[in-house]
Amino acid sequence: MKTLVREFVKGIIKENPTFVLALGLCPTLAVSVSLSNGIGMGIAATFVLIGSNIIIALIKEMIPERIRIPCYIVVIATFVTITELTMKAYSPALDRALGIYVPLIVVNCIVLGRAEAFASKQSVLNSLFDGIGMGVGFTLALILISGIREFLGAGKLFGHVLIKGFEPAFVVGMPSGALLVIGLLLGFFNILKEKRQ
Amino acid sequence: MNLGQFLTIFISSVFIYNVILSRFLGLCSFIAISKETRPALAMSLAVMFVTTMSSLITWLIYRFLLVPFGLTYLRTISFILVIATFVQFVEMVIRKTSPPLYRFFGIYLPLITVNCAVLGVAVLNTDMFFVNGKAVPGSFYYSVFQGICVGLGYTLAMLLMSAIRERLDFCNVPKALKEFPLAFIIASIMSLSFMGFNGFKF
Repeated sequence: MKTLVREFVKGIIKENPTFVLALGLCPTLAVSVSLSNGIGMGIAATFVLIGSNIIIALIKEMIPERIRIPCYIVVIATFVTITELTMKAYSPALDRALGIYVPLIVVNCIVLGRAEAFASKQSVLNSLFDGIGMGVGFTLALILISGIREFLGAGKLFGHVLIKGFEPAFVVGMPSGALLVIGLLLGFFNILKEKRQ
Repeated sequence: MNLGQFLTIFISSVFIYNVILSRFLGLCSFIAISKETRPALAMSLAVMFVTTMSSLITWLIYRFLLVPFGLTYLRTISFILVIATFVQFVEMVIRKTSPPLYRFFGIYLPLITVNCAVLGVAVLNTDMFFVNGKAVPGSFYYSVFQGICVGLGYTLAMLLMSAIRERLDFCNVPKALKEFPLAFIIASIMSLSFMGFNGFKF
């Protein structure tokens, strides 16, 4: 039980995929224009992470060493396709907002990274909790970034105006703002890390 | 098919929607390999070759396999498999035929499989140049050309970034911003300047 909790918790802060491992930044930056997009992307990626981690942990003994990466990719792509079709059917607006970044979860380094570094060596249960933890860590990072960007760039949160008369800085909502926000956040976390040591 | 369309594709995928600075595809490699100009150039050329070839191959697969048999939902799986196989194949060919070229590209080629830019341009091609499951006239040429242009855009951003970062080595930067954070902030400023191309109208 203790190890399961540890596998779950480490993804949230200590090994946060976005801020500590710096993995999977492409979708993080591209979809973080609004909070709802960020959360949608986070949930989609979490589902793929959990699914692929479980399946890869189950079949790890059957996969020959040399072709393991293509095998992982097929497993991951299957879950991505499930996500894509589900999203198209039940929330077409989100699907349109996320656009090509949904199929691109396949090449999200977090998913393949966890498959290679964790699920291919650990038990199914550990992998499940690792997947959930990493997914939650990724979603929290997305919430942080997209919250900052939606608030500063559009003056809203979840599409609601928070402060009347607040003049939003549009550039934060633009691609350039995304890069700036993540750069400053990474710097901020570096300072925190130094303080703790 | 008209020439104006080619010009539009060129301007939009090299400048306006630059693959890295505006679409954020291939960002990992952009940040990781842009410390020096030479490896950055090698990576860019490899990416350009692979985006071009994969645009060509994935178009053929989409048009002649997936669309006629109603299998378009297999797009993601089939594209990534084909790209992975193709990259592996190229790596083998280069290793056997030209050892110097292999030393130049070698370690960067396998990385390209998981480069979002390659799958991104393939998916983008099918989104842009297939309307209701039918190829628009000239879509094959548009797709391949878009592959080349995305590679060019990648090269441009990569060369600019690596040149800036080489210079930054001599500067005294705040400790917390060293390496990655500073790279993102530079990319942000570059992206801001690329936004100037947004005003272009055709």
